[in-house]
Amino acid sequence: MSLTGLFLILFLVIHLIGNLQLLIDDGGRTFNEYAYLMTNNPLIKVISYGNYFFILLHAFQGILLWRQNASAKGQKYAVSTSNNASWASKNMGPLGLIILAFIVLHMWQFWYQMKFGGLPTATYDGLEVKNLYGPVSEAFSQLPFVIFYVVCMAFIALHLSHGFQSAFQSLGLNHKKYTPAIKFLGTAYSILVPLGFAIIPVFFFLFR
Amino acid sequence: MNLTLKVWRQKGANVKGALETYQVKANEHMSFLEMLDVLNEDLISQGKEPVAFAHDCREGICGTCNLVIDGRPHGPQQGTTVCQLHMRAFKDGQTIVVEPWRAAAFPIIKDLVVDRSSFDAIIQAGGFISVNTGQAQDGNAIPIEKDTASLAFDAATCIGCGACVAACPNGSAMLFTSAKVSHLALMPQGKVEHEKRVQKMVAQMDLEGFGNCSNTGACEVECPKEISISNIARLNRSYVGSVLSSD
Ligand code: HEM
Ligand code: SF4
Ligand code: FES
Repeated sequence: MSLTGLFLILFLVIHLIGNLQLLIDDGGRTFNEYAYLMTNNPLIKVISYGNYFFILLHAFQGILLWRQNASAKGQKYAVSTSNNASWASKNMGPLGLIILAFIVLHMWQFWYQMKFGGLPTATYDGLEVKNLYGPVSEAFSQLPFVIFYVVCMAFIALHLSHGFQSAFQSLGLNHKKYTPAIKFLGTAYSILVPLGFAIIPVFFFLFR
Repeated sequence: MNLTLKVWRQKGANVKGALETYQVKANEHMSFLEMLDVLNEDLISQGKEPVAFAHDCREGICGTCNLVIDGRPHGPQQGTTVCQLHMRAFKDGQTIVVEPWRAAAFPIIKDLVVDRSSFDAIIQAGGFISVNTGQAQDGNAIPIEKDTASLAFDAATCIGCGACVAACPNGSAMLFTSAKVSHLALMPQGKVEHEKRVQKMVAQMDLEGFGNCSNTGACEVECPKEISISNIARLNRSYVGSVLSSD
């Protein structure tokens, strides 16, 4: 759980750096060339298959954990004890499930199109690449989709607001000196990375 | 002071229970358990069945008094067992809801009394040192750094009450188990069997039907002995180590 979670945390940063190239104002050239690289480089291919596997493993373990814990809890209290743990920490399962649903949709919408869809192509310096920038800017011009995307990023932020520091504790890494720093980093990460992802559709909707 | 109590009544393990309302006259010098004694005297004099609740030492060291008061294991006061909680922590005219520990591994025996033998099973699985390590003077003959001794002592103050499980949204016994593992692991006499102990106690914990720790931190807030979740990290660390190094 913690190892797959940390891998996904690392993945999200790389993914964000890639996506931020969408903001470069060159008609999508940088982004398309990057997308071409990502689908054709053998090393990236290996890592991406690992990534699909880790997402599924993390989701599978998460749902199993959620079910086990629900049955270990016993009857509900008439007066709830909820005042001493963060909301996110108690709802990692439901949050994860929403994120999983988002990932499935996201893969179908962009990844499947890139891999198997009949996308129109663009040619840069004689290299013919699929124009993924097209469907992305198309999707981000629709207000309902932009809202949906931003809301999903909020769920990821909540999942990570607990998950980041939780992963370290699960591995036994708790220390007077370092744990406050890990918690601070976790809070910063869980705000900044989802925010970075969310800025892209908003920017496209407003300025492209 | 006049109080309205809503108390969980349940005749036996497999019977449906419900909250029942009672009026009690108490004074602020009473402990919470003495207030319940007054209620039971009233009930007995009315020819009614008294409320079953567990208690033993009444001085905060045995871990037998287990009540969830207004949604908080051991009540509203930080670092205090129910027997050490006094009625001055409440207001005249207040309504107080009293429930038993709720966790699948702590089935209700009657009213507010739960069966915590699952904790005993965890201790029996490995919470001991297999050889005789001598008397106090033998212990004193081994030099142990003060900081280490203090850490071990902090963990050893766990009274096995189960408030951590009652507070945990996952019904997990990790705080208890980690306290027991830690206090032995930090001492030279306990170090020898540390890795085997970790494996056995964790396996037993799962077998008893406790949930998995997801690091919500709810347990350490309610623990009457203020055991820290850094003990859980120590257990996790040891568990990873013992899996990697076992043959
Ligand atoms: C963007 C993708 C995701 C990232 C970066 C991520 C990250 C994390 C991290 C770091 C943890 C803490 C692990 C630990 O304490 O040991 C965690 C826990 C968890 N995740 Fe995810 N996760 C993601 C997606 C998902 C998905 C798709 C599910 C699907 C159901 C899910 C369900 C859970 C559950 C149930 C937990 C356990 C709660 C806990 O241990 O505190 N996550 N996640
Ligand atoms: S860790 Fe604290 S709450 Fe849990 S059994 Fe020990 S004393 Fe009670
Ligand atoms: S009765 Fe012993 S700790 Fe409360």
